[in-house]
Amino acid sequence: MEPSLARYIWTHTRKQQLWILMIVVLSMIPYFMSFDLPKLIVNGPIQGKGFEQPGATQPFMRLHYDLPFIGDVLFFSGFQLGRKATLLALSLVFLLLVVINGLFKLYINTYKGRLGERMLRRIRFELVDRVLRFPPVYFKRVKSAEVATMVKDEVEPLGGFIGDAFLQPVLLGGQALTAMLFILVQNVWLGMIAFVIVVIQIVLIPRMRRRLIVLGRQRQLTARALSGRVGEIVDGIGAVHVHDTSNYERADIAARLGLIFKIRFDLYQWKFMVKFLNNFLAQITPFLFYMIGGYLAIAGRLNVGQLVAVIGAYKDLPGPMKELIDWDQDRQDVQVKYQQVVEQFTVEDLIAPRIGALMVDDPGPMTNPLSAVSLSIADDGGAMLLDRISLQVKPGETVALVSTATGGAEALAEAFARLNWPDSGRIVSGADDLLELPEAVTGRRMSYASSDVFLFHASLRDNLLYGLKHAPLTSVPYEGAAADQQRWNIAEAHRSGNPDLDVHSDWIDYASAGATGPHGLFEAVRRVLDAVVLSRDILDLGLRSLADLQRHTELAKRIVELRAALRTRLEQEGLSGLVVPFEPGAYNKEATIGQNLLFGAASGLALADKALAANPYFASVLKQAGLDGTLYGMGMEIAEQTIELFADLPPDHQFFQQLAFMSAEEIPAYETLLQRLKNRPYEAVSEADRAMIITLSFAYIEPLHRFGLLSDELMNKIVAARNQFYENLPPELQNAVERYDPAKYIAAATVMDNVLFGRVGNNHPDAPDRIRAIVYDILDELGLYAELLDVGLDFDVGAGGRRLTGGQRQKLDVARALLKRPDFLILNRPLSALDQRMQDKVLRNVLEEARRDDHSPAIVWAVTNPAMAMMFDRVIVFDSGQLVEDGTHETLLAENGIFKELLS
Amino acid sequence: MLLKDEVGMLQRVPLFSGIEPAKLKLLAFTSDRVNYSAGQILFRQGDEGDAAYVILSGKADILVDSDSGPIKVAELLPNSIVGEIAILCNSSRTATVRAATQLEALRIRKDHFLRLMKEFPEMTIEMVRVLADRLSHTTADLIDARSAK
Repeated sequence: MEPSLARYIWTHTRKQQLWILMIVVLSMIPYFMSFDLPKLIVNGPIQGKGFEQPGATQPFMRLHYDLPFIGDVLFFSGFQLGRKATLLALSLVFLLLVVINGLFKLYINTYKGRLGERMLRRIRFELVDRVLRFPPVYFKRVKSAEVATMVKDEVEPLGGFIGDAFLQPVLLGGQALTAMLFILVQNVWLGMIAFVIVVIQIVLIPRMRRRLIVLGRQRQLTARALSGRVGEIVDGIGAVHVHDTSNYERADIAARLGLIFKIRFDLYQWKFMVKFLNNFLAQITPFLFYMIGGYLAIAGRLNVGQLVAVIGAYKDLPGPMKELIDWDQDRQDVQVKYQQVVEQFTVEDLIAPRIGALMVDDPGPMTNPLSAVSLSIADDGGAMLLDRISLQVKPGETVALVSTATGGAEALAEAFARLNWPDSGRIVSGADDLLELPEAVTGRRMSYASSDVFLFHASLRDNLLYGLKHAPLTSVPYEGAAADQQRWNIAEAHRSGNPDLDVHSDWIDYASAGATGPHGLFEAVRRVLDAVVLSRDILDLGLRSLADLQRHTELAKRIVELRAALRTRLEQEGLSGLVVPFEPGAYNKEATIGQNLLFGAASGLALADKALAANPYFASVLKQAGLDGTLYGMGMEIAEQTIELFADLPPDHQFFQQLAFMSAEEIPAYETLLQRLKNRPYEAVSEADRAMIITLSFAYIEPLHRFGLLSDELMNKIVAARNQFYENLPPELQNAVERYDPAKYIAAATVMDNVLFGRVGNNHPDAPDRIRAIVYDILDELGLYAELLDVGLDFDVGAGGRRLTGGQRQKLDVARALLKRPDFLILNRPLSALDQRMQDKVLRNVLEEARRDDHSPAIVWAVTNPAMAMMFDRVIVFDSGQLVEDGTHETLLAENGIFKELLS
Repeated sequence: MLLKDEVGMLQRVPLFSGIEPAKLKLLAFTSDRVNYSAGQILFRQGDEGDAAYVILSGKADILVDSDSGPIKVAELLPNSIVGEIAILCNSSRTATVRAATQLEALRIRKDHFLRLMKEFPEMTIEMVRVLADRLSHTTADLIDARSAK
């Protein structure tokens, strides 16, 4: 990258800088005219100069110039206006000039701002682009948060500076020079004094600022290190808690903040010191003028008028000087920041742009064998991971890489994936060096999965299909405002040197997954998920999620059919007792009282959980139904029983997990509440206290809690209240709840709840598992299995995929590698988080899936257990970075070598 | 059956007879009430032991696998407790328990059970007494079996 900020800015914004300079010069004309005008107004119409006689007129807008040779030329004789009319006309001209000046200022500021923002966009993009091209080894040394902070924060001030980069010095320098010249013309000696002081300012101040620059650099580095550490704490929070090192982290952060404070404080001290000196120098000049100029005037060597003019002119000098010096400070500040960032982003061995160039068309298969030619790889400490290895993997061959603890199989797999670059030797595909092949070839025709999985914070689907998003394949038709917006996007992208690739285009390369479009792709997805034994997990996720009804229309459409099928099946198997269905006119004993009252799914916060009892409308319905007193009594009973049972237990006792009414922390509050409310008539209890007590009754399920609080009469009343609630539902609550309707899909409830449309009996310990199995069965029968899988694929995997288990993440990574149907499939101990039995199963499935439809990719698999090698055509054994054995499983077994040893 | 009735039932189980009713109520509340129909399995021989069961109503058979299929070795009547051995020894179930009739039981989870034993020595002593009693019976049976040979 260009090391000098000024040159960088000049290269990219030359034309714009010149244009804005021109505009600024142009804007000077109305600016100076507006200076002159007040004088004209005051002297002319107000003081009456030229209007001495009543009825006198003066020409307005008379244009005449005294041209050389030709003499006085009159272009326009002007309008003859009276005194008041002239005042009005001149005032209007003043107003016009004010508007013109304002518009110029607006245009200039907008233009400068846009220029700066464009440059900022360009720099940021260039930085991220470089991150994408860094060699792998670089990433072992940087913290991600530091890179992020450089891209985001450290270049930010550049945007503000760029617009002023060339404009400000020209403009202010011009102003200062004019004032200086004026003073010099008035009196050479006084001019010399001013000149000397200015020279001192120019020489001294930047010298003092050198320390400021050093401090500024330190400030930037320490702040960057701080954000790196904060990022590390967030990423490693588990380790912090496990080892009780949170106070060590506190100490470290406090020490860093202390250092940052010291640097910043130093910085301020110097800054204000410099400012003080600067101001002092600026003020000392008038002092010298008064003293020396005054002396000269008294001595009669200087005209008093001249002295006054010089002092007047000097007023215009410190302003621009000060701003110029400020500009210089900004420049240095920004230059330091820029250099710092550029240094960090200047890396040797950057990946050439052509390697990552966009290629829309299919690059064609890799038919050449993949060979390592006397390949050596060392780790960061210099230890040899691989020592002059030569081997060849032919297309279609399946190879197991078996390794002792210090073997090097993993390094080889990483080298094949280009994640670890050779220190000497190379990897070639046919005649081409692998590192010279475009990623468009290796990234599509080879795939790689390892135990170290990275997932993006997106849905399961996005992560799974991530490996297919190589190039924008469709052009999205935009219409109306969207089309304008898109044109603007493209134009702006070009102006900032950004690519105009449309992120909304369909990037998914269906063909490489063996599909023709989104629908066919789903089949492929399902097969790879089955292969890695992940489908069931995703179905479970799907059952527990809310379905997006925009996307999963089928599920909503056929919900009635589904529910009916489940009932029939349960009856057939004699299991109808397991689920108690929701019926609009009946009380569901297996559901809570709250659920029976609301008889719907809360879709906002207004009626959810604890807010329900406190909702004024809901409370009024309870009152009308005559339920409030009863439920209050019930709540009191529950509170008493609960406190009697749990009051003596320590708050961390595991019995609290069984308590649905209140949390361990709430018990003391309820204890005092109970003391206060006991023996008080219901009418005398405040609304808030009533809600506190009534809410307890909402969690009650008779068969589960067995307090004997539910009577038939109460159940009937609750069902009646339910209907009342919906009859007069106020408009603001219309969207807060979705009523259970046997014929409707409830968007605010999970898929499982929708299919069940009831509650699983609490007294059957194995009911949930049995019902889930039946639900899967039915979904499959009705052809909705795919739909459910699709719902599961909407699951958000969380930051770094942390909402999935380690095993699920690894399976997903393998599925992603398989989905591409590559020519070379490189797997680097990909399933280490799974137990051996599961690894074997997935291994078998993957080998089969990879070869489906006569596809015959080469598979290189660094195995975690030598026994897994049995499934491969060829076995290569590594020990201490050396290739020690190479052959079929049988021959190696016969050799009695290291492989046999490893197996035993 | 309500919580207070269950407490009455638990009091009749010898193991719990020494525990004050308030604590039994807590035990009942934190246990799951489970229903089985005739023929359903409570747990299988070889499964990991995760809970003990107190039979509230109905009967259950204790079955042990043998070469010629399962053999019924005992019958469980209301107020008896079953499955506590596997909890205590961290071992797998030594027998299968199958409901012989419609069965209602209280399922006490392993961690709850162990916590109770820690908190109530009288219960632990009772437990030891029952186990010792069983051991002496088993020893007597063994001697009978040996001498009959």
